[in-house]
Amino acid sequence: MSDDQPRRAPRPGGARRSASGGQALSGWLFITPVIVILGVFLVIPIAMAAWVSVSDWNGRGNPFGGAAGFVGVDNYAAILSDPGLQRQDFGTALRNNVYYVMLVVPLQTIVSLTLAVLVNRRILQARGFFRTAFYFPSVTSTVAITSLFLFLFTASGAVNRLLATIGVDGPNWTQDARGVLHILLAGLGVDSAPVALQGSPLLGVSWWNWLAGPSLAMSVFIIMAIFTTSGTFMLLFIAALQNIGGEVEEAGVMDGASGWQRFRLITVPMLRPTLFTVITLGLIGTWQVFDQIYTAGEAGGPSKTTLTPAFLSYQTSFTGNRWGQGAAIAFVLFAIIVAMTAVQRWVLRERDTVPRRKRFVLSDGTLAADAQGGR
Amino acid sequence: MSRARTTRRTATIALAAATALTLAACGGGGGFDDETDAGDNGAGDGAEDNGEALTVLIGSSGDAETQAVQAAAAAWSAESGTEVEVVAATDLPQELSQGFAADDPPDVFYLGADNLASYASNGSLLPYVDQLENADDFYPVLLQSFTYEGTAYCAPKDFSTLGLVINTDAWEAAGLTDDDIPTTWEELSAVAQQLTTDTQVGLSFGAEWQRIGTFMAQAGGGLTNPEGNEATVDTPENLAALEYVQQMLADGTLAYPGDINAGWGGEALGLGAAAMVIEGNWIVGAMTNNYPDVSYRVVELPAGPGGQGTLQFTNCWGVAADGGNTAGAVDLVGFLTSSEQQMEFAAAFGVMPSVQSVNEEWTEQFPEQAAFLAGADYAQGGPVAQGAADVISDFNSQLQGLKDADPQAILTAVQANLEAVLG
Repeated sequence: MSDDQPRRAPRPGGARRSASGGQALSGWLFITPVIVILGVFLVIPIAMAAWVSVSDWNGRGNPFGGAAGFVGVDNYAAILSDPGLQRQDFGTALRNNVYYVMLVVPLQTIVSLTLAVLVNRRILQARGFFRTAFYFPSVTSTVAITSLFLFLFTASGAVNRLLATIGVDGPNWTQDARGVLHILLAGLGVDSAPVALQGSPLLGVSWWNWLAGPSLAMSVFIIMAIFTTSGTFMLLFIAALQNIGGEVEEAGVMDGASGWQRFRLITVPMLRPTLFTVITLGLIGTWQVFDQIYTAGEAGGPSKTTLTPAFLSYQTSFTGNRWGQGAAIAFVLFAIIVAMTAVQRWVLRERDTVPRRKRFVLSDGTLAADAQGGR
Repeated sequence: MSRARTTRRTATIALAAATALTLAACGGGGGFDDETDAGDNGAGDGAEDNGEALTVLIGSSGDAETQAVQAAAAAWSAESGTEVEVVAATDLPQELSQGFAADDPPDVFYLGADNLASYASNGSLLPYVDQLENADDFYPVLLQSFTYEGTAYCAPKDFSTLGLVINTDAWEAAGLTDDDIPTTWEELSAVAQQLTTDTQVGLSFGAEWQRIGTFMAQAGGGLTNPEGNEATVDTPENLAALEYVQQMLADGTLAYPGDINAGWGGEALGLGAAAMVIEGNWIVGAMTNNYPDVSYRVVELPAGPGGQGTLQFTNCWGVAADGGNTAGAVDLVGFLTSSEQQMEFAAAFGVMPSVQSVNEEWTEQFPEQAAFLAGADYAQGGPVAQGAADVISDFNSQLQGLKDADPQAILTAVQANLEAVLG
């Protein structure tokens, strides 16, 4: 209450004061449903999972009623430091997902931004049609799209037939465990691990295997993710683009900026909040790849190159009955996502001043200052 | 959008788990302390069916199996007066996990040999086999797959072995006769060579221990010693087996189904992409349903340097230790595993009975599948240990790249992993 007093003070009129007790009550009343729902479905389950991740619960009986004992960080140690299959699987899953994130997030952002700029142009005929067409993959079920992609990328599928017409003998995509970088290196004559890369100091996976790149099978999922998510993010960008007034563009034209300069120095900076949203959503989504892997039914195959931490967590818990370890994987994944988002937030932070160096550069410099000032 | 869906699925699972946990919490003290406690819960020899309704959870191969199990359960129900509900699971391991986590497991359920150790080790299973009348009638090798630390936990419901399945049209087209049926590795390589054409490979089977293990058995090796308590992966016998398979892959007479546009061996055979495949008796139903025009025959696998060898796969009838009517559950399992009932299942959905007494009767009824049953005499099972399934799936992931891999390195790695879980 002592905290309440100064806040209430500036309010005009003493009559409202008597009503404020009732107001606080009804305020609490109004948010109670949300507190209860969030508590039951979010806060309590997270707390429960946190307990499971430090317990030896083996899937039988109630982990909060004596069926599980506290084992400290054993489960985290099993996936992060103890040599063995579990650590190696986690390392492999991380490796796979890192490449997935590194390719999908930038590409889906670029593709969706490009599509948004294209369909936002006033001179484009049938804009509605294109917007619908680009958005369509996003509203289709992942299961359906995954099945479709698996068919497209079989050894004699449509993609390989298309490649055959230009004389390329396509690989057996979904069964090919070779990493893309390994294939490129093999092209340069390096087809086995150099001695320097044979060590495996990080999570039981050798440097050579960390550097494998996404396998061809994973590449199929990468292409699919870009294909299906770009539409959604395109919508976000279109909404943001429509908020940029025509006069800003005109000012740029008056200053003699070319189309590319206007895009790079006016449009993109003004889209920064949306860019932040898109990249954040992209990062969270790509670190949680699960349903494509589940649908493909290979349990992370070929050769574990499509295993992801989210899928590994599920598999460890539900088929391996190592619930503590499964929960530990989920928490490590959570930490990774939070860390990546924080880094990304820092990189995309607002800079209040135009860098001095740029201010006096003749053509671009003036524009940069204008764009910043025009906000 | 896949992103949103991923989140949603994760959320669904989290939610399901959370609900399960909440329900478990509401259920109060589950009374799990240690394994002796589970033993106390179990039906002693003197316990009687208390009439409480039973739930049976099965992982069904299709309507034929579901209906056959339902009919059998109804027959037992009429006899005993205890109600039974048969539920066909869509994802058996997951639904089982959830049942045990929520303290509300099905009373009787299918359980794969893979999952036995993890459920046996935490006391979820009632070891009831010695209470069955026909306990001595089960094939010993099958019971071994359900024996964890010296105790047989559940009764095998049926089993499969692997045989060599030959497309007879391709066989004749290559000018081969009955005398050419391979009985040694050399002969197998030779006929595979003869059967390989531009559009067809001689031999195909999945890139997994569950197929390549037959060669390890034929070489005289295996993943564990016969007692199943010591890892014997890194042996010259197993190396010989992997090198033999690798050689055939290099020759192009053997290809994995994925490399010839097939999902599994049966599809490769049905499509004509492979002239011979190594598969189990499940292939019979698949060929009848999907490729009725392809003529084929089943023969025993050839012998290797170590004699004949194949692998067996089996499921058992698990009984939950925490069930409300364990005596009734055990009685139901006794009924379901009786010789007569197993023959009915065999007729309904093509499985091999797990009891030896109907061996001849079955061979008479299904002469074309005799080779599968003959394999029971020399079949090996997988290792029974917690975490063994992960070791095998890691082995399989390495076998997928066998063509260009170093077999010795694979065996060394798997040896270390298996030693860790057999510990």
